[in-house]
Amino acid sequence: MTGPGPRLAADARSVADASDAADASGAGGARRAGGVSGAGGASGAGGVSGAGGVRGARARARLAVVLPPVVFGIVVVALWEAYVQAYDIKPYLLPAPSEIWTQFRHSFRVIVDTSKATGSNALVGLVVGLVTGLLAALVAASSKIVDGLLAPIAAAMNAIPIIALAPLFNSMFSTTSSVPRRLVVAIVVFFPVYVNTVRGLRQVPDVQRELMRSLAVGRWRFACTVQLPGAIPYLFTGFRVASSLAVIAAVVAEYFGGRQNGLGSRITSAAANTAYPRAWAFVLAACVLGIAVYLIAGLLEWLATPWRRGSGSGSTART
Amino acid sequence: MTSTPPQSPAAGAASDAPAAPSPHDEPTAAVPDPVAPDPVVPGTAVPTAAAVPAAVPAAAGPTQAVEVIGVDKVFSTSGGGATVALTGIDLTVAPGEFVSLIGPSGCGKSTLLRLVGDLVEPTGGEVRVFGEPARAARQSQRYGIAFQQAGLLEWRTVAGNVELPLQVHGVKKKERRERARELLELVGLADFAGHWPAQLSGGMQQRVAIARALAERPPLLLLDEPFGALDEMTRERMQAELARIRLETSTTVILVTHSIPEAVFLSDRVAVMSPRPGRITQVIDIDVPGRGPAPGESGGAPAVEDAVAEAEDVREQAAFFQAVTAVREALRAGGGS
Repeated sequence: MTGPGPRLAADARSVADASDAADASGAGGARRAGGVSGAGGASGAGGVSGAGGVRGARARARLAVVLPPVVFGIVVVALWEAYVQAYDIKPYLLPAPSEIWTQFRHSFRVIVDTSKATGSNALVGLVVGLVTGLLAALVAASSKIVDGLLAPIAAAMNAIPIIALAPLFNSMFSTTSSVPRRLVVAIVVFFPVYVNTVRGLRQVPDVQRELMRSLAVGRWRFACTVQLPGAIPYLFTGFRVASSLAVIAAVVAEYFGGRQNGLGSRITSAAANTAYPRAWAFVLAACVLGIAVYLIAGLLEWLATPWRRGSGSGSTART
Repeated sequence: MTSTPPQSPAAGAASDAPAAPSPHDEPTAAVPDPVAPDPVVPGTAVPTAAAVPAAVPAAAGPTQAVEVIGVDKVFSTSGGGATVALTGIDLTVAPGEFVSLIGPSGCGKSTLLRLVGDLVEPTGGEVRVFGEPARAARQSQRYGIAFQQAGLLEWRTVAGNVELPLQVHGVKKKERRERARELLELVGLADFAGHWPAQLSGGMQQRVAIARALAERPPLLLLDEPFGALDEMTRERMQAELARIRLETSTTVILVTHSIPEAVFLSDRVAVMSPRPGRITQVIDIDVPGRGPAPGESGGAPAVEDAVAEAEDVREQAAFFQAVTAVREALRAGGGS
């Protein structure tokens, strides 16, 4: 625990991509916090959302959006550090951020490998859940009978804490199999995708229904031209929710034994060995993974719905 | 999309009939029905305000754009009851004519428009569009329709929305592009082809919706309060544009509206309706001079400013006010309010 102050300041600076030196040489918590936030304000070079995602800030407007939460996050971490230092909090209660960061860098290679394992479980489950949710929604929206069958089942499935099935799935498959986790993730993902997509498919405004009727188009054409494109924003709302759930499910499913290759199993084993900062480092990695998957989902949504992007140009209203 | 040939005896008889009289010679077709009260004629206001004439069977004339013959519409309500939306409706619209349906809320004017478009089926009676049953007319794309809400598909660009009817009917891409460009020029939105609907004002969206309705050059245009949600200034401008578009395309138009000045400004005839049950109480001929095509202006770039200025001239005429008064009195007489 020697000299965590300067190191923290340096880390914060590197993360925030500050080019000028922060006035963080002092050991006092308050002064350090002030210095870090000062560096964030002066740099104007980049931003971090939460724990990852460094972006080059091109537009000042974007900076104004990104900067406040970044500064806030840095201040919170600084206060955390100061609190742990000042009151000499034991690591098993709450390790210092600097200590977690040390462990994070120390086990970086393991973290990358385990993140890959958990991440691929989450992604496979996400894709499977997305595809099945989408297909089920299409069937449900096209047939009242199927909808009547699926709706209560979906509601019942949503009421089950799906994660409770993880130990049971583990015993169904071999101990070296990743299938149980992926299955849990797929089931967790299915529900929000299904519910939102069904809603989207049903949400066709009357005026569009009448228009398509006036054009005498068949059911298939109607689905392709109006119903499906109209449901895309709803689908992505479900998908974005599902993307965060997928990582959570993938990590937590590992808590219940089975193959020891992911972040979840590392968190449990580190905690069991009283290596708390190390356990926290893996938790941090799980956060980064979750945010990364969420951002990917957001990017896909952005790509798929160009008409929803706020555009400054051409919005001049002329009548 | 070729139209199916006329199948009815009425349409067959029509081909033997002499040339179509102009809309103003045409007897108004609101045949009195037992339920409706006797129509009240505003005595003095408009010289051409016509009382309902002796019943002339609509089918006996030449092929009409729209014939509504003894139509009733009853909606069954969820409680097991029934609402009579329309009763004993007779209406004939000649080719090239502009007819407005006006009346208070709940008089069934939108329902009547939807019956013509086969978006709603009549409980009794018959609806014929260009000699065909309404369904066949819809299936062969004899009309274009625009609603109070523009109803644009937000994931399609402005041009993509105008192209929609052509696209779903398999028109080639190059042809679609060309037609969309033409139509957007017609409605004065040529510069906005690549925009998303969300980037347009309400009035602009409505113009896109009208362009879309015109995409397949339908001989009949059905408009359900297309300017209802617009502010007064935009509305008058849009009316002027609609009058111009109609003259340029010589389309038959049925317009549903709440606005008396709008109906008078645009129409050859105004059908006044009253609620509970919905019926046509009177059909008023409108004869306001100065609404013809402006000299030296045909097609090409739309001179919106000119059209608006001319429209103002029209609206300030004594004949215009007289017609407005006639429609207002007819509405009052119908027990609308």
